[in-house]
Amino acid sequence: MAPLTFSVYSLTALLFQFLNSFGFIVLATVGLAIIFGMMGVINLAHGEFILIGVYGTALPYHAGAPLPLAMVGGVVAATLFGVVVERTIVRRFYDRLLDSMVATWGLALVVSQLLLIVFGSSLDSISTPMGNVDYGPFSSSVYRSIFLPAVALLVLVGLYAVFTRTEFGIKARATIEDPETARAMGIDTDRMYTSTFAIGSGLAGLTGALYAPALGSITPNRGSTFLVESFVAVVVGGPSVIVGTLSAAGILSVFNATGSFFFGTFIGQMLLLLVAIVALRALPDGITGYVDDWRQRRRAEE
Amino acid sequence: MMYESISRRSALASGATALGISVAGCSGGSGESGGPTVGILEDRSGNFQLNGTSKWQATRLALEEINENGGLLGEEIEIVDPDPQSDNSRYQELTERLILQDQVDALWAGYSSATREAIRPIINENEQLYFYTTQYEGGVCDNTIFPVGATARQQLGIVTPYLADEFGEDIYIIAADYNFGQLSGDWVNVLAQENGYNIVGEEYIPLDETDFSSVINRIQGEDPDFIMSMLVGANHENFYDQRATNDLENIPIGTSTAMAQGHEHIRYDPPALTNVYAGVSYMEELGDLRDGENFVEDFYERWPDANYLNQEAQNNYFSVYLWAQAVEEAGTFDQQEVIDVLEEGRDISAPSGDLTLDGATHHMEHEMRVARADENHEVSFTNNERIGPSFLREEVEGGDGCDLREEDKTTQYVPSDVYDV
Repeated sequence: MAPLTFSVYSLTALLFQFLNSFGFIVLATVGLAIIFGMMGVINLAHGEFILIGVYGTALPYHAGAPLPLAMVGGVVAATLFGVVVERTIVRRFYDRLLDSMVATWGLALVVSQLLLIVFGSSLDSISTPMGNVDYGPFSSSVYRSIFLPAVALLVLVGLYAVFTRTEFGIKARATIEDPETARAMGIDTDRMYTSTFAIGSGLAGLTGALYAPALGSITPNRGSTFLVESFVAVVVGGPSVIVGTLSAAGILSVFNATGSFFFGTFIGQMLLLLVAIVALRALPDGITGYVDDWRQRRRAEE
Repeated sequence: MMYESISRRSALASGATALGISVAGCSGGSGESGGPTVGILEDRSGNFQLNGTSKWQATRLALEEINENGGLLGEEIEIVDPDPQSDNSRYQELTERLILQDQVDALWAGYSSATREAIRPIINENEQLYFYTTQYEGGVCDNTIFPVGATARQQLGIVTPYLADEFGEDIYIIAADYNFGQLSGDWVNVLAQENGYNIVGEEYIPLDETDFSSVINRIQGEDPDFIMSMLVGANHENFYDQRATNDLENIPIGTSTAMAQGHEHIRYDPPALTNVYAGVSYMEELGDLRDGENFVEDFYERWPDANYLNQEAQNNYFSVYLWAQAVEEAGTFDQQEVIDVLEEGRDISAPSGDLTLDGATHHMEHEMRVARADENHEVSFTNNERIGPSFLREEVEGGDGCDLREEDKTTQYVPSDVYDV
């Protein structure tokens, strides 16, 4: 394939590529990061939570609801599903890391088979809204390259506000740091666990709702679309949910977008995984883990 | 925040790989009753269920019709049809089980070429009569295998020259990154060499990719007259939607994979598939070209919930009848004797037209046509042409062709055996 020449146009295309990839990685990751980072549960059914968001959006949309309203349906469906799952299953697996993986993996299989049995092998797809921007010979989808990355940033800002500026956020963090003391202080820790899990599920649902019209085919096995990027980003990002997600998504998308744009999607995917491997070797606690270490060492030196 | 140990991180990383491993399991089988038994392995779940389900339904329909009309050689055919779940290792297990335990007299199995290649050693070892019905890259010349779907040379051979005549000779190739896609891309290159077309770009895309924005930018950068797309599976379909979002439907697309299998023209809103031209042997929109029969109606009567009757399903359907005819003529279910009858060559009247099995190569002479989706996704057919398996019959082995009546073979020829690609 002929290499693209550098020009204002091709650099613009590259920028839109980056934004597209960034939005995808942040949205795919954030629900998983909350549930893992705050609650210590590895949710292997994360893709299926997203899928419930997709189906929760597609079904009302095909029944005639306008797309934004249908998307609310997707978020609500995934949130409710998260509450039920937390109450019945996940609750039994706090701080039982490997067990939680097996349980949620089983859940993933059940969900995708149920979707297959109930709704058949595929739902009609939803066209991507908002059209495109043209520049020189190129064009990019407004929805994928502008709208979704903007939503992704808003979600991160919103989470930061909720967990640092609201009473709920402080109670939730207290519950997770030290449940016994939190209970002694009068916090209903059961409710806090459920709420935090519901937020993680709701965010997965939001991702599903937002990607329902950008996913192409809607089939019961689409949950896996999001898994690689989300797990890689959580591992690379490290312990801090918001800064970790933001920095991992930023770095991974630069490599993914550049590789895809200049050399093809295959190279883009390879670069993303290669960067993840190098990052894990060099920073075994992820980016934010490294930053924490560095801060502590500096404090100790002073 | 809770986060302490390396072990949690490594557990997380291994979790991602664990998801790649799918569940293996067992489903109860039957079929040691001594009567004739037919095995069907078609995907009803997993990545290929959209295409596989229709194949499974059509195979069952044909066998049930035969049973309703008194069976074969006076015996009722038993069907063994566990779901291989789009999983190649499960295919291998089940193929072994169906051959050794259920002792099937004939086997219909597999959607993708990767699946066919995964079970081919088992088929060869047991000399099992096997019908592979998906349209495919071509070139399989194998004693007991009948690849009755149209090959890349048949499909691409009808659609590529048609588009070059209509729109111009600069071609951009995009295809799935595995044996089928790579070899199909080689075939477009062969056609370009033979006819003097220019390949202005070529990209092979991993099967799990869903984001095509960089592919679209590169296509825009090269500005081809048309695109040849051999994308495969549900993930890749997103290309057609992103093409519409980027107003790219003015660049026509030729394909051997879209529409006739995944019925994207029905599942996607216009204009995603507008100006897509597929080289096909059959689509449900063709109806039934036989006199007094209605395959499409019969199919939906038997399977009211079916999504679509695809090209491959028709291959399953007529090849069951092809086998049944050969069994009746041989007067036995003995696989080698049935193969000997099939190798004499046969004409069969299929819903897609009057077809001929070429005994030497085990491939079909198909009635090929170009199917086009318009701006409302209405499908029309043009350019009917009967195309034989010329690659195997006339081109390989220095022009002598492959003749399974003359010699034993378990091989697959590829375009580069004959052409400089």
